[in-house]
Amino acid sequence: MADTAVVTLEGVTVLYGRSAALRDVTAAFAGGAVGLLGPNGAGKSTLLKSLLGFVAPDRGRMQVLGIDVAAAPLDIRARVGYMPESDAHIPGMNAVSFVAYCGELAGLPRVDAMQRAHEVLFYVGLGEARYRNVETYSTGMKQRIKLAQALVHDPDLLFLDEPTNGMDPKGRDEMLDLVRDLGHNKGVNLILSSHLLPDVEYTCDSVVVMDKGRVATAGTIDALKQPRGRVYELRVKTPSGDLDAFLARLQAAGLDCHATDEDVMRVFVPGSGGARELFALAAAEHVQVRHLRPSVPTLEDVFAHAVGEA
Amino acid sequence: MTDAEAAASAQRPPAAAPEAAATSIRDQGYRRYAGGRAPRGQAWLVIARSGIRTMIGKRAFLGLLLLAWFPFFVRAVQIYAAANVPQASQLLAVNAETFRQFLDQQEIFVFFITVYVGAGLIANDRRANALQIYLSKPLTRAEYVFGKLAILASFLLLVTWVPAIVLLVVQIAFAGNFSFLTNNFFLFPAITVFACVQVILGATTMLALSSLSNSSRYVGILYAAVVFFTQAISGVLFLVTRSTSFSWVSFSANLGQIGDVLFRLRPRYDTPWPVSFLVVALVIAASGVVLERRVRGVEVVA
Repeated sequence: MADTAVVTLEGVTVLYGRSAALRDVTAAFAGGAVGLLGPNGAGKSTLLKSLLGFVAPDRGRMQVLGIDVAAAPLDIRARVGYMPESDAHIPGMNAVSFVAYCGELAGLPRVDAMQRAHEVLFYVGLGEARYRNVETYSTGMKQRIKLAQALVHDPDLLFLDEPTNGMDPKGRDEMLDLVRDLGHNKGVNLILSSHLLPDVEYTCDSVVVMDKGRVATAGTIDALKQPRGRVYELRVKTPSGDLDAFLARLQAAGLDCHATDEDVMRVFVPGSGGARELFALAAAEHVQVRHLRPSVPTLEDVFAHAVGEA
Repeated sequence: MTDAEAAASAQRPPAAAPEAAATSIRDQGYRRYAGGRAPRGQAWLVIARSGIRTMIGKRAFLGLLLLAWFPFFVRAVQIYAAANVPQASQLLAVNAETFRQFLDQQEIFVFFITVYVGAGLIANDRRANALQIYLSKPLTRAEYVFGKLAILASFLLLVTWVPAIVLLVVQIAFAGNFSFLTNNFFLFPAITVFACVQVILGATTMLALSSLSNSSRYVGILYAAVVFFTQAISGVLFLVTRSTSFSWVSFSANLGQIGDVLFRLRPRYDTPWPVSFLVVALVIAASGVVLERRVRGVEVVA
């Protein structure tokens, strides 16, 4: 996939009343599959809606596929497919009519739109259910049909806003397979907005991490995961049973640490200090180290590190 | 393998490879589209065509449309009798007022069709979050509104302008000459302008109300309330003042006043017709402002 940027933002600020959803965002999204990562409320959806021209930024410039968003939003929408986060469909239609209708709205001739609708519905796994009213669909099926309507007019760029929301594990895996296939085998550039790190890591080559309306970090996942220090899994026992003081001491020493689902924490030790630095800090605080294991940096570490810095 | 086994084996579909079974979603593939695309600005036609097709598919609505054409047949019989039965020519004489009365009678059908077709036009899209689907395609908000407006306007014109013009043609056909038309040359523009004012007022008001809610039922009730409540206020003001100078507060009285002027009849209310015209224009403009604010791809709550 080409490395040239398909989306660029220069100093984009979006205000909702007094609160800023995007604060002076400058970023470039490369071609291929790019993850737009960030916690809820980071500004991911606002960014996508701004790129579609739904929200006019208060400051800054945006380009999508080389076209200025403010100057020619319709030219952009003709070449972009948007899968919204919330349930969305045209009421009173079955799936094939709905998707064909979306194709016609995008400018496809009626016969072509109907043919594409059948093809795309088979592709997203709704071939057998294509004559059912969309309103009777399960949550997972509604996610798939949103993808189908975004694909029917063969966009050059896809905006996928939380595409696995509400899906069961099997459906989620299938949706991620589809997204990965589109981005890597079908020549469709895509921006996947999600707060789920594994989804982004599985489907995307690069990532833009957002937090509190700002870009916290950006780059290819492989480059971001390159160690600029060492990561350890750590479990400790403190004399008082209170971990907070020890965590504060680690952070004061410049170490990033964040909890995982288990009772171990992941600690990022920058530079070449390594385990020796951890042991020294634990000894100084009279904390017992019960478990210490070197680990491989994950996207979660990148995310935690970036959001911590933002 | 026996011959029977070989035949059975030939009829069986080939077994799917394990890998293909695991990735059955991708078996159908995804192809890039290399066909043509319609020029920009025609999406409203797609919206209108789809909406009209959906409504025509409803039996109850077809019944309502047929009922709305019943007065046309009554008037056609009247015109036939006036032209061909000398005894009836005085009693059933056809003049400009006949056409005005016909359009007056159609008002009740205009009301029901406006509620039936219009209430859900935007409200249902809002309920299903369809606006962000529509507006993520290459069409403007104005195109979306125009498409929705075209659905309602088509059906309203079908029960006002179309039958009135056909009646005019019927009159000429039964009379066997153009003397009625030449004596009442204003009728064609009067019918056209009045039907357009009636349709645009009803359709824009209904669309604006429809954009305010996610419930088509609530919108229908709201529209009925607007029509009947303004009429009731006008009635109360008449009782208090003993004058129809305040008829401009009524939705339907303004239309009546404009209709009388267009058909060169004595206005039925004391309100000057420019005032009625101004009120109608203001209601249409206000509806436009509401639609401009409510039809958006994203709802921002600051």
